[in-house]
Amino acid sequence: MYDMQETIRRANAAGRTAVIPFITAGFPEPESFWEKLAEIDACGVDIIEVGIPFSDPVADGPVIEECSRRALEAGVTLRRVLEGLRARRGQLRADIVLMGYTNPFLQYGLDRLGADAAEAGVCGLIVPDLPLEEAAPYREALQAHGLCLITLVAPNTSLERMQLYAQEARGYVYVVSLLGTTGSGAGAAETVAETMRRARRAFSLPLALGFGLCRPEKLTELPADARPDAAVIGTALLRHLQAGKPAAEFLGPWVEG
Amino acid sequence: MHRFYEKSMQDTEKTEKGNHRGYYGEYGGRYVPEALIPPLTELEEAMARIMPSREYRERLHDLLVNYCGRPTPVTHCGNLSRELGFELYLKREDLLHTGAHKINNALGQALLAKMMGKTHVIAETGAGQHGVATATAAALFGLKCTVFMGAKDVERQQPNVQRMKLLGTQVVAVENGSCTLKDAINAALRYWTSHQGDTLYVFGTAAGPHPFPLLVRELQKVIGTEARAQMQERLGRLPDYVVACVGGGSNAIGMLYPFVDAEQVKLVGVEAGGTGEPGCANSAAINLGRPGVLHGEYTMLLQDADGQIEESSSVSAGLDYPGVGPEHVYLHSIGRVHYGIAYDAEALAAFRRLASAEGIIPALESSHALAWVFSHAAEIPAGSIVLVNLSGRGDKDLAHALQYIKL
Repeated sequence: MYDMQETIRRANAAGRTAVIPFITAGFPEPESFWEKLAEIDACGVDIIEVGIPFSDPVADGPVIEECSRRALEAGVTLRRVLEGLRARRGQLRADIVLMGYTNPFLQYGLDRLGADAAEAGVCGLIVPDLPLEEAAPYREALQAHGLCLITLVAPNTSLERMQLYAQEARGYVYVVSLLGTTGSGAGAAETVAETMRRARRAFSLPLALGFGLCRPEKLTELPADARPDAAVIGTALLRHLQAGKPAAEFLGPWVEG
Repeated sequence: MHRFYEKSMQDTEKTEKGNHRGYYGEYGGRYVPEALIPPLTELEEAMARIMPSREYRERLHDLLVNYCGRPTPVTHCGNLSRELGFELYLKREDLLHTGAHKINNALGQALLAKMMGKTHVIAETGAGQHGVATATAAALFGLKCTVFMGAKDVERQQPNVQRMKLLGTQVVAVENGSCTLKDAINAALRYWTSHQGDTLYVFGTAAGPHPFPLLVRELQKVIGTEARAQMQERLGRLPDYVVACVGGGSNAIGMLYPFVDAEQVKLVGVEAGGTGEPGCANSAAINLGRPGVLHGEYTMLLQDADGQIEESSSVSAGLDYPGVGPEHVYLHSIGRVHYGIAYDAEALAAFRRLASAEGIIPALESSHALAWVFSHAAEIPAGSIVLVNLSGRGDKDLAHALQYIKL
């Protein structure tokens, strides 16, 4: 199985920050989603996070929650997303990770999830409501099939706690830039820098910064020693796509670094 | 009273063996975003540091007695007992300040917030009872208060919205998802994530991420601790049955928990079955749900095959929730508590029956517990002593109930 750590390092070796866009499965419509995914992939992004819709997305702000609600109404399910990815396996250049809440993954069955996700070419999962203490059974079920569970840390995660996460972390580490929900604006540069430096001490894996990144300049506002190896772009991209604009127009400046 | 409450605070640790992460058997836990771990840990530490302190215990005790009206009486229902053939007693939480058991918890958590140095409390509310209780406690302690309430509930529960506003609370109408209680909880959790420095989330029921199920039980078990001593003192024995309604489960855990070790006492939790038509929307997570994760806990949930949470339904707004507290699921799994169902029509009939037979108008929530007793009267041996938790008064439900019953 592909190692996402290598994917990010390759982008860094080419002198750029790796780019990780997020898109809710089934956005804007269940069928056109697959075209949208291919369009994003064609922009030369490194990893794509595919959002699995959930009825109660407690870590998300209004834009992603609305996309999630519409996807559910349109009948998008984890099973259909995995089938769609399996049918397109080998057609996407970027690594694929699924981002979703615990319950839909749990109801699918953890072992079956690991097997089906691996078969669909998925590299890992991000589960925002699954902190350190609850993660072990999920991580083990995924690792048995060569997938990783991505670690998430926040501005209020202590160094000691990051070090506990580091013992089992694989792939990359998702650093949440602010105490809030997706799309609620970037954290103060000073706080972000402090969180990034703490994460750098705790983890040897690449660091991806997310929550509140709307344009590439946001990264250059950070001190050089606090810049991430990868940038996650969710809400801002979805807003751009909702306005009917092409993905390349938004992602171009990110991919060019 | 002193005695009952002191005891209640002393046996806090009794069932926490092996419960370090907030698990009751395999249920419970803390399934929240990483950013909520520090405030939950801070709350857990504050519980351990502040709640056993003399200052906290004395202040809370004083408020429960002199502000809320504890201990609440136990009333023998003489007229109904003659009809039923067994002795029916009610624990009268309806007589508390603000009209329901919710104040026990809201005062305890708001006092904790105050002593933690927080300046702002937030709460979710469905029917508005927990919102009113939190708004009351916040007014008393001079804390800023924000209550999140589903937009549909704001519409349906205008009198409680006005009460909260009168008490100085900001009511936020939540327009997300199904616009009901579960969405209000989501909104409160989101708000807490970004305001955790000065804010404590006063959770309304014995559910949610650890330590809320424990905290709420500790603050509500005064109900059962009092009732147990009152029955012992009055009858020289414990009741044969103790019955309480279960939504999230705070009045039920408060009433049932102090009887768990009394093996001869049959314990019954009553879930809301909705209309009772096959496949109807309901609020009976233990009876009709499957295990899953919502609002930070692994518990029984009403959900579809894909793990999406289903909308619950009940004539009683206070029971209208698709999940249930983890300790109830545990007590169910070990067979210590029987969880039954009462349907809307049975609850409405019980509402009317208690009012006309005893002159007490019960909340529609508590009416579910009464309804179970009435519908199982034939199975309850003659002469038994049956104690029902009357968790709240029914004045708030009149307008709603009168849509279904003709006077």
